[in-house]
Amino acid sequence: MFQKKANHLRRGTALILTLSLMFSLSGCGQSSSQKNTGNQVTITNVSYDPTRELYQAYNEAFTSYYKEKTGTDVEVVMSHGGSGGQARSVVEGADADVVTLALAHDITLVENAGLIESGWIDEFDKASSPYTSTIVFLVRKGNPKNIRNWDDLIKDGMDIITPDPKSSGGACWNFLAAWYYADEKFGGDEKQMKDFVAKLYDNVSVMDSGARGATTTFVENGQGDVLLAWENEALQSVKEHPDEYEIISPSISILAQPSVAIVDQNAEKDQVADVAKDYLEYLYTEDAQKIIGEYGYRPSDENILNSFSDKFDLDMKLCSIDDFGGWDKAYDTFFNDGAIFDEIYNQ
Amino acid sequence: MNEKHTKPEKAVQIILILISVLFITVMLIFPLFSVIINALKKGFSFYLSALSTEYVLSALKVTLLATGITLLVNTFFGVIASFTLTKYHFRGKQILTTLIDIPFSISPVIAGLSYIMLFGSLGIAKPLLDRIGAFLGTDIQIVFALPGVVLATIFVTFPFVSREIIPVLNQQGSEEEEAAALMGAGFFTIFRKVTFPHMKWSMIYGMILCASRALGEFGAVSALSKTRGQTFTLPLEIDALYLSGTADSIVASFAVSSILVLISILILILRNLFEYRAKKG
Amino acid sequence: MKSITSKKQPKNIIPAFGINLGITIAMLSALILIPLASILAYSLRLTPGDFFRTLSSEPVRFAFGTSILCSFIAAFINAVFGTIIAWVLVRYSFPGKRILDGLIELPFALPTAVAGITLSKMYSTTGFIGKIFDRYGIRISYTHIGLTIALIFIGIPFVVRAIEPVLEKYDPSYEEAACMLGAGKTETFFKVTLKELFPAILTGFGLAFARGIGEYGSVIFISGNSQKEHTQVISYMIMQKLNYLDYGQATAIALAMLIISFLLLLFINIVQIRQAKRKGA
Repeated sequence: MFQKKANHLRRGTALILTLSLMFSLSGCGQSSSQKNTGNQVTITNVSYDPTRELYQAYNEAFTSYYKEKTGTDVEVVMSHGGSGGQARSVVEGADADVVTLALAHDITLVENAGLIESGWIDEFDKASSPYTSTIVFLVRKGNPKNIRNWDDLIKDGMDIITPDPKSSGGACWNFLAAWYYADEKFGGDEKQMKDFVAKLYDNVSVMDSGARGATTTFVENGQGDVLLAWENEALQSVKEHPDEYEIISPSISILAQPSVAIVDQNAEKDQVADVAKDYLEYLYTEDAQKIIGEYGYRPSDENILNSFSDKFDLDMKLCSIDDFGGWDKAYDTFFNDGAIFDEIYNQ
Repeated sequence: MNEKHTKPEKAVQIILILISVLFITVMLIFPLFSVIINALKKGFSFYLSALSTEYVLSALKVTLLATGITLLVNTFFGVIASFTLTKYHFRGKQILTTLIDIPFSISPVIAGLSYIMLFGSLGIAKPLLDRIGAFLGTDIQIVFALPGVVLATIFVTFPFVSREIIPVLNQQGSEEEEAAALMGAGFFTIFRKVTFPHMKWSMIYGMILCASRALGEFGAVSALSKTRGQTFTLPLEIDALYLSGTADSIVASFAVSSILVLISILILILRNLFEYRAKKG
Repeated sequence: MKSITSKKQPKNIIPAFGINLGITIAMLSALILIPLASILAYSLRLTPGDFFRTLSSEPVRFAFGTSILCSFIAAFINAVFGTIIAWVLVRYSFPGKRILDGLIELPFALPTAVAGITLSKMYSTTGFIGKIFDRYGIRISYTHIGLTIALIFIGIPFVVRAIEPVLEKYDPSYEEAACMLGAGKTETFFKVTLKELFPAILTGFGLAFARGIGEYGSVIFISGNSQKEHTQVISYMIMQKLNYLDYGQATAIALAMLIISFLLLLFINIVQIRQAKRKGA
């Protein structure tokens, strides 16, 4: 009988231990309400995948700038992932103070959830886009397949790597860039444009779920002749493996404008709205714009952009999402179920 | 097992061993080597420095915490549930057994999301949570915080222990327990004296599976853990490093992967030690 | 602690039925069922028409087909090799056995994303295994074969670890009796041993199968996700919908997935419990 009791006790203790652990864990969440203690401020920046290195460098610069200016230590907690998914996590309750996402549309999603005040796009310069990027071709060193422009991509036997527009927002830009080129070439004849883009996607051998996966397939696994890539990612690949890859800039491409915004509701709750504003404003300073250029994004400051002219091909003709009537319209026309992408891809 | 091995028997034995070794080599050892080779690509000192970053240490702590709690909760549940499902007669047993198995087949993506839809901003239980928070004067965060990480880990490994125990108890049948009960033994005596010795090994198997899987869980946790250095577990840190895409960080990500492999090997050595002792004494 | 047995069922002789069942159901509900219900409720926001349109759209149908077919093949291969491996690990002794035994859990400890990346590299046309097959014109990465290999990788521990405990507890006296009665070794194995092991094999098969259907991380890197070649898996379709914040469609697919796996696991559990009953009677 004594044994029985002892066992009883042990079991009870285990249960209590478990419950108390759970509770103490929930307690950990408490610290989130202590984000501003006067001389130590923590802000969370929810960003997208390829900005890891950029913001690592930028945060260092901003931290020392802010310390000098106000004497306050800032810690910036970063979060990276696919842009759409990141916006979703903020909507679902991730505690972001600022968002720096791949496209304005993703920020609109957060705005629609009531977390960001409308009119955010005018809160910062250049439609709240402190840097831009575009789509280029990454090819193997020496350009063995002699790829110069979009026309070369539809040749027989060409092996293209690009992510799936149906799962990655970023991948839509590759499609739109090709579409815009076809539009210029065929003067708006939709049948020919569809044929052109269909041929291009016929040559895609691996369609990864996201831009990073596609880069891995091309660079690490050695698949394909050409990768349709973000300019900043292509520049990074070339920097890492200068003897293996080179960048080809097509005559026409698309201008991507990653946008930034303060998540007003969270920033006010955490009492970090001022720091958040400074954080995003600092992106436009000369120092920050130089960092931006170094990490392969195109600075929004014209003068600084021109000083990087050896890095970026400034002669490319760039269309923008407005040429497609905005993101929502583009999504409906091209990528929704049964829209143009499905139509040409499943032919 | 038998004293005499006839010749064809020996041949069968060798063939079967060869098949096993070959299968394990191709399916398991090759990928393992690939991880280790990639981890040590930049030398041992790089390997060590890759492991000692602040992010990795924080992720290690979160991972061990989550795995520990998960192991506790799921073992407790597994033992009780498997006993209930094999020793008693009641209706709806198959359905209950199957409901417990559900986490196996749920896409991890959905597992993580289900807690978000319960406790997140859009969640059904969010107003309740806020009210409790207001009452306690704190801001209770479950998803996108440590409790969410723990819950997601519990979710994906929930049936592991019970799943291992149930077949063994089924095979054993329940006559012994019933006999003990007729002789007047209480639940704890029956459990300790009769059932537990039968289920011990399968429970340990289950716990090891549970721990290994909890260590490596990625999909469910990634849905509700977004901040590196705070709520990231090792698999998320590995992913973050890998996705950074620089040659250094890719090697670092394999280096961190090798820790997970090391930990799980450590658990297995512990088990073997334990098993050896138990069989000896 | 009063039992709440249904009157039609035989009375439970073993005590503490109520509290054990209570704990089982309470934990199951709190940790698994309520969160799941809260997300699946989203699929009810779709009209029945939209619901069926989502499920019957071509990509979704093909993704279901791919997931189920590849998981089935992978689980089957695992069942065959897993049985052999478990047999070898329990019955034979040979140098290095402990190490092989220890490697079985590796697929769990390796985060699925790392596994996927590693496998896709190994089996791509430039990888060290893929290269060999490429010479004969067989592509593995980015095809159904690669997808199946990834599913074999993640499923193998389920089968081996489901069979091992049963085999360890299994009494070889049946076999010896069969032998004495004049049955040959092979005959004994197929007629006696395999029959005895069948529920455990089936469990392992079912778990590996169910896990395969829901798998995401290890598959997306190796499958190539081609809509045209039908290498998209069902978890990938869910992710596609989620990335555009389409909770309704995503959860509709998840619900369908859940029902399929539930039926599958239910079938296995019924077989298992039948088997146990036959033994008990």
